[in-house]
Amino acid sequence: MSGQVDALYIYLLLVSGVMTALIFIAVTVLAIKYRRRAGVDAHQIEGSTILEISWSIIPFGVMLTFFIWGAVIYFQERTPPADATEVYVVAKQWMWKVEHMEGQREINELHVPTGQNVKLIMTSQDVIHSFFVPAFRIKQDVLPGRYTTLWFKATQPGTYHLFCAEYCGTMHSGMGGSIVVMEPQDYAQWMAGGPSAPLQDTGKQLFSSLGCATCHRFDVQGRGPNLTGVYNKPVLLEDGRTVTADENYVRESILNPTAKIVNGFKPVMPTFQGIVSDEQLNALVAYVKSLNQPPTGTAGLPTQPAAPAEPQKMQVQ
Amino acid sequence: MATEAMAANQAPGSNYLTNGHGIKSWLLTTDHKRIAILYLISVSIFFFLGGLFAMFIRLELLTPQGDLMQADTYNKVFTMHGMIMVFFFLIPVVPAVLGNFLVPLMIGAKDLAFPRINLLSWYLYVIGGTLILHCMLTGGVDTGWTFYTPFSTAFTNTKIIEAGLAAFIAGFSSIFTGLNFIVTIHRMRAPGLTWDRLPLFIWANYATSLIMILGTPVVAITIVLVAVERLFHLGIFDPKLGGDPILFQHLFWFYSHPAVYIMILPSMGVISELITCFSRKRVFGYKFIALSSVAIAVIGFLVWAHHMFVAGISLYAAMIFSFLTFFVGVPSAIKVFNWTATLYRGSISYATPMLYAFGFIGLFTIGGLTGLFLATLGIDVHVTDTYFVVAHFHYVMVGGVLMGYLGGMHFWWPKISGRMYPEGWAKLSALLVFVGFNLTFFPQFILGYVGMPRRYWQYPPEFQVLNVLSTAGASVLAVGYLLPMIYFLWSLRYGPIAEANPWNAAGLEWKTSSPPPTFNFDETPVVTWEAYNYDEIPPKEMEVPVG
Repeated sequence: MSGQVDALYIYLLLVSGVMTALIFIAVTVLAIKYRRRAGVDAHQIEGSTILEISWSIIPFGVMLTFFIWGAVIYFQERTPPADATEVYVVAKQWMWKVEHMEGQREINELHVPTGQNVKLIMTSQDVIHSFFVPAFRIKQDVLPGRYTTLWFKATQPGTYHLFCAEYCGTMHSGMGGSIVVMEPQDYAQWMAGGPSAPLQDTGKQLFSSLGCATCHRFDVQGRGPNLTGVYNKPVLLEDGRTVTADENYVRESILNPTAKIVNGFKPVMPTFQGIVSDEQLNALVAYVKSLNQPPTGTAGLPTQPAAPAEPQKMQVQ
Repeated sequence: MATEAMAANQAPGSNYLTNGHGIKSWLLTTDHKRIAILYLISVSIFFFLGGLFAMFIRLELLTPQGDLMQADTYNKVFTMHGMIMVFFFLIPVVPAVLGNFLVPLMIGAKDLAFPRINLLSWYLYVIGGTLILHCMLTGGVDTGWTFYTPFSTAFTNTKIIEAGLAAFIAGFSSIFTGLNFIVTIHRMRAPGLTWDRLPLFIWANYATSLIMILGTPVVAITIVLVAVERLFHLGIFDPKLGGDPILFQHLFWFYSHPAVYIMILPSMGVISELITCFSRKRVFGYKFIALSSVAIAVIGFLVWAHHMFVAGISLYAAMIFSFLTFFVGVPSAIKVFNWTATLYRGSISYATPMLYAFGFIGLFTIGGLTGLFLATLGIDVHVTDTYFVVAHFHYVMVGGVLMGYLGGMHFWWPKISGRMYPEGWAKLSALLVFVGFNLTFFPQFILGYVGMPRRYWQYPPEFQVLNVLSTAGASVLAVGYLLPMIYFLWSLRYGPIAEANPWNAAGLEWKTSSPPPTFNFDETPVVTWEAYNYDEIPPKEMEVPVG
C-alpha cells in the first residue's frame, strides 16, 4: 500500500510542481516585462469569460483525477481482506496494549509476520488516540466506546515506528512503540515462546462465568438469541431496521443491550458497562465471532497456521 | 454626540486623530477609524504574545529530547499559541483593523451602520482577551486549540471552562462585526456605488461577514455543550456517558473550517486592491473575483469533515467530503489566475505593498496546492495530524493572511496615520518575511511526509535536521515581523507627511484627506465610475521609474 500512496504523492507533487512553476514564472516574467517605465501606460483589459471558464474547468478536471485515485486507495485501506489475521489493540494514556488471537500479549510492540494480512481491531480506554505507522502510510483514530479497524500487510522484515497521532495529553509524544516485522518462521518461533490461551477460549470462559450462557443458549431457544453463526450476518431489529452484526454491534450489545433489540426478543439483558474491561470485551467479541462454527465443547477451534511465505503475493508495501 | 462631533469636524485641519484628546475620547469613541486603531493595538499585542509562544515551541523542538520545558508546559504553550493566534489575531486582524477603518471610507459612508455595536464588539474582544490571559497566567489549558472530546470534557484538569468562555465571548465580537458590515454594505453605499462597482475588498469582507454570522454561533453552541458535559456530566460527547466523541469534531469543524475563510478572504480582498493599484490596471475578471469570494463562503460550509478522514467517519462520507473539498479549490484558483492576468500589460511598481502581494501569491499558491494533497483521501490518511498539515495551514493562514495584512498596512498606513513609512526598511522586512517564512515552514512538509506527528514534545532523532532548519527560519521570520512594528511607530513622528492620495490609487478612501476627518467626507461622494478606473488616473510623476 505504501508504494501506491507514494506513487499518488509523486503524481500530485509533479502536477502541483508544474502549477507552482507556471504561476511563479508568469508572475516574475510579467512583473519584469511590464515594470513601470516613463511614457508607457498600462493597457486596460476587462477580462475574458473563455479564459475564466477554462481555468476553472481544466484544473477541476485534474483535481478529479486526484480525487478518484485517492478514493480508490482509501477504499482499499478501509476494506480489510477476509483472510486477515486479527489482532486486538487497546489504547490508553499513554501506551498501546496488543492482544493476539493466540493469547500472546504485548505492550507498545506489535510483532507480525511478513506477507500476512493483519487486521487490527482497536479501541481506547480513555481519550481518542491514533494508530500511525508512517512506514506503512496508514493511520486510524482509536476511539473510546467503539471499535475502529485498520489493516496492512508488511513485506520487509524490520522494526518500524508506531506513533500516536491524535493529541492525547501529557505524554502524547511518548506514546510510541514499534511494529516488529519478522519472517514467518521467526514469527512462529516468537509466538510459540509466549504463554497462550487463545483469545476466544478466554472469551468462552467469560461467557459462562458472567452468566451469558444462561440466556444465550446453543441447544434450545433461551431468553436471548442463539449466537451461533450470528457474526457478520444481517440482524432484523425490533424497530424494523436491519443491521449487520459486526464487532461494533456485538460490543454495543454487551455494553448497552437495549440500544438494538433483536426482533422477537425482550429488552431484559442487563448492561455489562463497568463490569467487563476492554480486554475482556475483546475476548467476548472474539468468542462470539468464533461461533460461526457450532461450539465443540473444548477449545478445539482451528487456529490459522502461520501463513507460509508466498512470493507471488508479495507487493511493495 | 453627533452635533458635538460635527462641530469639532468643522475646525480647519482637524482629523479623526486630533478630534478629541484624552483616554476617554478613545475608550468611548464610536468612530470606526478610532475603533480600528484600538483593534490595531490590541491585535498587535496578541500577535506578539502568540509569536513568543511560537518561539518557545521552535526552541523546544531544536533537540529531539524534551529539555527546555516539561511536557505539560509544552502542551500548554502550543495550546496558547493556537488559541491566541486563531481567536485573537487571525480571525479579527484584517476585518477588525483594516475592514473597520476602510469599509465606510471605501463605500463613501460616514461610519458603520451601528457605531455603538462596533465599540461593543471591541470591548467583547478585550474581555475575551483578558480572560484568555488570566487563564494563561493561572494555569493554562493543555487541549490544543481544537478541544477534542472526551479529553477536554473528562480527562484534563486544566482551565477548559475559562478558555472556552474566552473564545465564546470573542466569538460574539466577531458576530457583531459581521452584522455591522453586512448592514453597512447593504444600506450605506454612496449614490452611484452599485454592487458591481464595489471594491473587491468590500466583496471579500461581505463574504467574510456572512461566514461570521452563520458559523460563529455553531462554535458558541459547541463550547456550551463542552461546558455542560464537563460541569454537569450530561452525556453529549463522552461515550462513558452515552455521548459520541465524533459529534464534537463535526460541530467544531463546521465552524472552524469556514473560520479559515474568515481569515483568508479579507486578505484576498487586500491583494486585489494592491495588484490593481501597483500595476495601474482594472482588475482582470472583476465579476469572477467578486463571486468567487461568495462561492468560497458558501462551499466552505460543505467541506468540514475533510478534517476527519481517519476519525472514524464512514467510508462514503469521507468520499463525499473529499469530492466537495476539491470544489472549494476552484474559486481560490480563479483568484490567483485573475491576479496574475491583471499584471499582463500593466505598469508595475515594486513598492512594498506590491512586494507583499507577490509574496501572498507565492505562499498562497503553495498553501492551496498542498491543500489538494490533504483533500486526496489516500494521501490524507498518511499526512493528517503530522507536520505536513501544520506546514499547510501555516502557509495559508500565516503566509496568506499576514502577507495580505502587512501589504494592506503598508498601503493604507499613510491614510491611517498621515505619515509615510520608510520604504527601504519596509522592502527589507518584506524580503525577510518571505525568506524566513519559507525556511520555517517548507521543511515541515517534508517532516510530515516522513512521519513526524504534530503536537510532539519529543521526537526520534532522525527528524532533528529538518527541525533545526525550521527553527532557524523562525528566527529570520521574527525579525521580519518585528521590523514593521518598529518603523511604523518611528514613522508616526519622523515619517514624511502623507498626501491625501500618495499612490494615486482609485477608491473613495483616497478622495478624502490623510488622515480622514471624523465623518470621513466633507460632502457625500457620488460615484460615476467603475472600480479600479486606473486608465483615468495617471500614476505619480515621482514614482515613474521604480525598481
